Amino acid sequence: MTLTAREVGIRFGATDALRGADIEIGEGELVAVMGPSGSGKSTLLHVLAGILRPDRGEIRLGDRRIDNLADGARSALRLTSFGFVLQFGDLVPELSLRENVELPLRLLKVRRSETRARAAALLRELEVEEFADRRPGEVSGGQAQRAAVARALVHRPAIVFADEPTGALDSVAGELVLDALTGLARQQGSAVVMVTHEARVAAYADRTVFLRDGRVAA
Amino acid sequence: MSVSRTLLGLLEPKAQHGYTLRRRYDGWFGSSRPLKSAQVYATLQRLDRDGLIELAGVTAGEGPDRRMYAITDAGVSELERWLEEPEVPDVTATRRVLFSKMVIALSSGRSANQLLDRQRQAHLARMRDMRAQRQRGDLITQLDADFEMYHLDADLKWIDGAQARLDRLATLLGETGDPAEGQP
Repeated sequence: MTLTAREVGIRFGATDALRGADIEIGEGELVAVMGPSGSGKSTLLHVLAGILRPDRGEIRLGDRRIDNLADGARSALRLTSFGFVLQFGDLVPELSLRENVELPLRLLKVRRSETRARAAALLRELEVEEFADRRPGEVSGGQAQRAAVARALVHRPAIVFADEPTGALDSVAGELVLDALTGLARQQGSAVVMVTHEARVAAYADRTVFLRDGRVAA
Repeated sequence: MSVSRTLLGLLEPKAQHGYTLRRRYDGWFGSSRPLKSAQVYATLQRLDRDGLIELAGVTAGEGPDRRMYAITDAGVSELERWLEEPEVPDVTATRRVLFSKMVIALSSGRSANQLLDRQRQAHLARMRDMRAQRQRGDLITQLDADFEMYHLDADLKWIDGAQARLDRLATLLGETGDPAEGQP
């Protein structure tokens, strides 16, 4: 399903964070978003993902306009159609890696047996199975981030949004996370929108969109 | 190629003698490798032969006659093509050419930002190729790809830094506008 943003603008106080940004993410496409600090990269990601509501412009997922949905409908859309990988994983610290990965499916009320099977398969594929019963604080940053990738993809979302997904990792751990994220997303046909300031990370995407002053420059 | 296109860019604002052109080139680009007179005149002859510049007058002096050259319409088209076409990312050659393009674009009122944006995309495309090569290859291929990727990364950081300072560079070029101004 294509995600399209047209002329999207948003203002925080006196600052225009986005000033008419246009972007289209094709089905299953991997797109990196780069730009200088303050260019609106993370804001664009949050607006596309329905976390922030833009002041102007429109966003469509397929034929459906999503920027003007009520809060409940936007939450439901995020749960069913989107996945998220943030810089510091943002796994629930009280839950094990396995429980974290199962969480989206449990919220979607998928059958218990299927939930367990799907989570276990992903944990195995991302080579964190042996740590599955540990909590995020008891594993390395790279292992936690791979679990975050599994959680983002376990419900086979149309789009995964990743904000500096390797920002807190060294290069070897970062590569494992990127291999996991992009490999799995391609396997299941999920698109990925990935904000990064590192060209080596952007090289995992099919193309790179460059933002400047709240607009797409190239 | 880049010296001839840079000279073409310097000729665009007005017709100039080879001597003036050489001083201007050295003022902006020649700090590490100044042009030799013979190189300037040979380049001008080639540009003239290719129809990109034309003779605009001859001034007699004490020494040999001074030939003044002007850019032609074909020369302007060629200059624009050169400025708009991203360089093929190359570990050793890209930076010098990019700097020349950026200065010529800025000093002629063209968008240096767009030029650098296009170059960034060309570099990122090369980076994607290298990453794919790295993923498929053996250890030696991987190390080879790593080498190029780290250099491409350095170029990209330079592009970011240059874009952040374009306004200051434009001001500086304005101040040093024509290093050959006032020369015979």
